[in-house]
Amino acid sequence: MRVNPRFTDALVRHFLNLQAYFTVGLLVVIVFIIFIKGISNCSLSFMLTYPEDMGRHGGIFPAIMGTVFLAALSIVFATPLGLGTAIYLTEYTRESRLTTIIRFGVESLAGIPSIIYGLFGFIFFVIKLGMGWSLLSGALTMTIMILPTIIRTSEEAIKAVPRNLRIVSHSLGATKWETTVKVVLPSAAPGILTGIMLSIGRAVGETAAVIFTMGSSLRLPASLMDSGRTMAVHFYILAREGISMEKAYATALVLVVSILAINILAYYTMNRVIAKYS
Amino acid sequence: MMDCALKTEKLNLFYGTFHGLKNVDFCVYRNAITSLIGPSGCGKSTLLRCFNRMNDIIDDVSVNGSVLVNNRPLEEIDIIELRKKVGMVFQRPNPFPFSVRENLVYGLKVHGYKRSDYDDIMERCLRAVGLWDDIKDKMNTPALSLSEEMKQRLCVARVLTVEPEIILLDEPCSALDPIATMKIEELMIELKRFYTILIVTHNMQQAARVSDYTGFMLLGDLIEFGETPKIFTAPQDERTDGYITGRFG
Ligand SMILES: Nc1ncnc2c1ncn2[C@@H]1O[C@H](COP(=O)(O)OP(=O)(O)OP(=O)(O)O)[C@@H](O)[C@H]1O
Ligand SMILES: [Mg+2]
Repeated sequence: MRVNPRFTDALVRHFLNLQAYFTVGLLVVIVFIIFIKGISNCSLSFMLTYPEDMGRHGGIFPAIMGTVFLAALSIVFATPLGLGTAIYLTEYTRESRLTTIIRFGVESLAGIPSIIYGLFGFIFFVIKLGMGWSLLSGALTMTIMILPTIIRTSEEAIKAVPRNLRIVSHSLGATKWETTVKVVLPSAAPGILTGIMLSIGRAVGETAAVIFTMGSSLRLPASLMDSGRTMAVHFYILAREGISMEKAYATALVLVVSILAINILAYYTMNRVIAKYS
Repeated sequence: MMDCALKTEKLNLFYGTFHGLKNVDFCVYRNAITSLIGPSGCGKSTLLRCFNRMNDIIDDVSVNGSVLVNNRPLEEIDIIELRKKVGMVFQRPNPFPFSVRENLVYGLKVHGYKRSDYDDIMERCLRAVGLWDDIKDKMNTPALSLSEEMKQRLCVARVLTVEPEIILLDEPCSALDPIATMKIEELMIELKRFYTILIVTHNMQQAARVSDYTGFMLLGDLIEFGETPKIFTAPQDERTDGYITGRFG
């Protein structure tokens, strides 16, 4: 018997709708649970004061700053490197054995579990280069970890820029570099920004690789060579070692809200950039 | 004897092993409009691209024979200078996805014009293409939000900003409706007072309407070249005759 195609169509549509609602619903449930559990201990002073007694009392100011420093530093390191690689791969070289190898390397790097990055960072930056558990070791490790994301998203964004824009730029007398900087990158900006935002999310949420390389000092890092902890690490330690579930959830709430805020901000700036250029 | 702004002698071009232009001897007279006609794939765009070296960015192209711009061999001219002197307008209107203003100052930045001159130059070029009144209050709007015809005019204005002497147009009206096409044709006739124009077109009426000289190409050969009325009323070659009377193409 032949199933009515209209029926199948309707069924599929409802099913896909359901899936979309499910995904959004999941997000709402997670945020809701964390909100309920965390809100009673979360306040402005919680965010602005130092922890006491391993974090059992007091706030999470150093962890917030540690998160900001780590994310900012790794983005500052990884963006020029990743964007440069993407520009090289798309604009400055033809497909060859070398580009295949580079792409394969990037793909493989993207698939490695974060704990391996942590181990590598520990052996190489912390021990071998003598950087110790420090903001710098952590940031360099995170740089390697987010590099594939930045390279791949930038490459896709650059590839999506229509070829005729490059041609018309050349026809006006622009060199390859001028064309890249003044036409290709501005047109690819929304995609590149997306990659950067994803990477910030990754750096903010990472625990394993950070504990191994940045350590977990509760002090506010005052230099690149100081150890410190991020909110994610703080949450992990509070929960794992049973120090204080209340404080753990409050920390999680700050973490989740800031990640949401970053995403909303990214969405907003991206739309601004898109509106400007199209 | 009239002076050739652009000239080729025994020009041959190969895409790999494919012989795209065959011994082409061609001349584009100064301050006149020359059109190139011929069936699809006969090498019109290829010939056009030789004059501002846009074939350079295509892989695997080899050229021999000579191309002269203002009687100077192409090889002697710095490529950036060449592209400033010989501007190009493309088939599809292709403004950058930036504001109108940024489109117009792009070439000025590339060629190092003084910032204080930008406004005067933009106004002059927008007036030249008949866009000034429509667009002077919309300099910051995205260029992609303009109508197709206005986009194409903007592209012509963008070329004019860097003060070219010669303008190459590759089927500049094929993405436009008949009214817009007519307006662009009027624009070309305006521009010929100050510029030398070479236009590729599929539209024979257009060639007949706007151009002073016409070249007919077939399979990489320039079959016939001469004054437009002659080509259309008394072609010497029977293949030209066949093409313009619509027997093939
Ligand atoms: N990049 C390229 N690589 C290889 N062959 C090409 C390339 N560009 C053009 N050709 C070939 O050269 C010939 C001439 O192409 P060209 O684009 O100059 O033709 P045209 O007369 O402009 O055609 P149309 O009217 O369709 O635009 C065609 O046979 C085309 O297949
Ligand atoms: Mg063509």
